Amino acid sequence: MTTLDVLAARLRAELGADRIVNDRQELRTYECDGLAHYKVVPGLVVLPRDAAECARTVRACVAAGVPYVARGSGTGLSGGALPHAEGVLIVTSRMRAIVEVAPDDERAVVEPGVINLHVTRAATPHGYYYAPDPSSQQICSIGGNVAENSGGAHCLKYGFTTNHVTGAEVVTPDGELIELGGRAPDPPGYDLLGAFVGSEGTLGIATRVTVRLTRLPESVRTLLAAFATTDQAGAATSAIIAAGVVPAAVEMMDALAIEAAEAAVACGYPPGAGAVLIVELDGPAAEVDAQFDQVTALCEANGAFELRIAADAAQRALFWKGRKSAFAAVGRISPDYIVQDGVIPRTALPEVLHRIGEVAREHGVRVANVFHAGDGNLHPLVLFDDAVPGEAGRAEEVSGAIIDLCIEYGGSITGEHGVGMDKAKYMPRMFTDDDLETMHLLRCAFDPDGLANPGKVFPTPRLCGEVPRRHRAGEPAAAELF
Amino acid sequence: MWTTAGAQDTVAGVPARFVAAPASTEEAAAVLAAAARDDLAVVVRGGGTKLDWGVPPRRLDLIVDTRRLTGVVEHAAGDLITVVRAGTPLAALDLPGQQLALDSPLPGATVGGTVAVNTSGPRRMLYGTARDLLIGVTVVRPDGRVAHSGGKVVKNVAGYDLGKLFTGAYGTLGLVTECAFRLHPVPPVAAIVRRTAPADRIGALLAAVRAEQAVPSAVELDAPAEGEVTLAVLVEGTAAGVRDRAARLEKVLGGPATDEFPPWWGRYPWDSVGMKLTVPLSRVPDLLGLGAAVRGSAGTGVLYADVPVASAPAVVERLRAAAVRAGGHAVVLTAPPAVREVVDMWGPVAGLALMRRVKDRFDPEHRFAPGRFVGGI
Ligand SMILES: Cc1cc2nc3c(=O)[nH]c(=O)nc-3n(C[C@H](O)[C@H](O)[C@H](O)COP(=O)(O)OP(=O)(O)OC[C@H]3O[C@@H](n4cnc5c(N)ncnc54)[C@H](O)[C@@H]3O)c2cc1C
Repeated sequence: MTTLDVLAARLRAELGADRIVNDRQELRTYECDGLAHYKVVPGLVVLPRDAAECARTVRACVAAGVPYVARGSGTGLSGGALPHAEGVLIVTSRMRAIVEVAPDDERAVVEPGVINLHVTRAATPHGYYYAPDPSSQQICSIGGNVAENSGGAHCLKYGFTTNHVTGAEVVTPDGELIELGGRAPDPPGYDLLGAFVGSEGTLGIATRVTVRLTRLPESVRTLLAAFATTDQAGAATSAIIAAGVVPAAVEMMDALAIEAAEAAVACGYPPGAGAVLIVELDGPAAEVDAQFDQVTALCEANGAFELRIAADAAQRALFWKGRKSAFAAVGRISPDYIVQDGVIPRTALPEVLHRIGEVAREHGVRVANVFHAGDGNLHPLVLFDDAVPGEAGRAEEVSGAIIDLCIEYGGSITGEHGVGMDKAKYMPRMFTDDDLETMHLLRCAFDPDGLANPGKVFPTPRLCGEVPRRHRAGEPAAAELF
Repeated sequence: MWTTAGAQDTVAGVPARFVAAPASTEEAAAVLAAAARDDLAVVVRGGGTKLDWGVPPRRLDLIVDTRRLTGVVEHAAGDLITVVRAGTPLAALDLPGQQLALDSPLPGATVGGTVAVNTSGPRRMLYGTARDLLIGVTVVRPDGRVAHSGGKVVKNVAGYDLGKLFTGAYGTLGLVTECAFRLHPVPPVAAIVRRTAPADRIGALLAAVRAEQAVPSAVELDAPAEGEVTLAVLVEGTAAGVRDRAARLEKVLGGPATDEFPPWWGRYPWDSVGMKLTVPLSRVPDLLGLGAAVRGSAGTGVLYADVPVASAPAVVERLRAAAVRAGGHAVVLTAPPAVREVVDMWGPVAGLALMRRVKDRFDPEHRFAPGRFVGGI
């Protein structure tokens, strides 16, 4: 019997057979996340029903020295949930209870498998919603959001997952259940919750999450502005920000992205546009109205040739449909594509777009651009045909060159999709060895054995070593300090 | 590298032997590497406004003063970010048309001290605290090595967010030398709507403010130990917007709108024994009428208490019991030595074992502010 067989037997006995998947065919369904070109069939899949079962699973893994990977909905785009062939994949899809909606405290408590949009649905009858809105919000899980510190179009104004999570129950990598934060703000001690959010499953598994609910805005107004060029749309974005307006969202698509969206969902954007901006303002009606006029004037002043203002929720949804379906839509105009995720300072946008265009031309590859223009988060879609020899390689080069541009302009290698296994190799381009070693100190504090999602985030495997403790006279033993 | 300490170079009553005032990250790294070699216990000092907070250090050799580590390194207005050195006083930041939306309850506080203790004021309700606004950080570790995390762009998920870990760590993990922050535009107009009411009306009034979609920047409460409680709600924005929102809040609260801040706005309430109490929003009223004046952000559930010295141990326990029962926390921030001896400064702390492991990794010799933090860290 292999180590995994023994582990499977133990977990079957402890948790029940229906929590375990080890049929080869079934295991295959978990072989990748949203980044489908990396595939590893997991050694074993466990589907715990609650935190206690999750903790038992981790403890069993630790006892056997077997690595484990958490998985929510598997929509991640950096290979964060890529399984380990000799390891266990712990899937939260049976932990989907919304434990509590507490509008009086502006909080909701949910299990990690709960779908992002379902939190908003549960809160809306009380006049609240959950602000972070990744485009995948109809399918991605809160646990995955916490792990990736996910963002969304409206994060420009409202911040990211990390600004909306106030507590988490976590199975630590040694299998203990602990509470980080909770319903009240500012718990004393290190902000371990802040460190946990965005740690991509390498510091433990969230088994229950307390999120902040946001009061629904009184008014939402959405503008679709068409420009001849991305330069103009970029200038309009900068002008809006310079005017002191912080829209809820400013999203941009270029001509190729628009073409794809039209082909896929017939969103009916103004024909002939070289770029469109979606600008959304929300808040108290009087505030929104005052700023909306300002925004439309700034778009016109920067060359918008057509402005459409959403008359109602249905039209707003149509504006957004083109944008939110953009990733999948490029499938209509290209057999294969790479979704890139990088960040630049917003003001560098026009320049960087030109340089991306140059790189694409040099490599004979097309790039469609979709992005969160307000915060400089680019999502270039590098189009290629795998059937054409050499194209995949060239697309890969373009994608890498875009990351280099982001770094050159003082930005980041990822704005929301995470490092995962896909971008671990780029980490040394953004961080020094000491930076990475310092991050690794945190990893070692949580997971000295390195069993929680190994091979992600960090470019090279690192060992933790013992803490060189010098015992000092006069320092009380831990037990005396309570 | 350092000079002999003077009589005023003490931390919560503990005298230091040396003081260093590095003017750059490189100089700071050299100082801390030397301190590591000589096995010196180190406490970082910014404006000195909170040196009496926390527990006195178990051991102290060297004070690293950030007074020369000042200045704005970069203000990219179009990108709404700034990079500043840690010793820069918050009040000295000059960012035309924009603001680092961090309140400074204690005048003279530096950027670094504000981050290290994660102090906040009324506007945390809209803008969050230092942990939310900090997008990048440069630190010198206790072993003298320099490390960065985050960056200069607001949206960034590359690597662990060490800024969060250093925020509120009371200088126990290393020295913060530079911070990058997200900025906000300065809103053109502001108004305050006030209402004074009996304590038993406060819960309902706060709920009514929450229900109104007026998006306040702050909802502050000021409650004397006994008697009526005042609420003050801040709205900021365009002239037309603020006029309308303030008018609505006047109706909800039944009190007048003015453009004058109350004199107590954004100031801690205590004379001698000060506590920080945090509770879920609906439980804010639980903290009223317990023998201490309280004040703070009712809009986020973060209040500060002025505990009478004479009855300190009993009142601290009463407030702590109420906060903990409500699912919150109660920390004694500052107190005279006699009171410190008899009260638990930090109260119950969840996750302490893991916190010790973090400390052990970053500062294995426990030389940075030893004993000042939770659980003797
Ligand atoms: C069409 C599409 C659009 C997208 N749009 C956006 C967007 O706008 N913004 C954005 O930020 N992302 C976006 N994403 C990426 C993805 O949806 C997010 O990263 C999401 O948060 C992943 O959630 P998940 O449940 O699918 O996690 P998974 O993919 O299952 O896992 C992601 C990571 O989280 C870890 N993890 C999962 N659950 C837990 C847990 N309970 N505890 C600890 N770690 C855990 C995994 O180990 C892995 O490292 C998009 C993806 C797609 C396919």
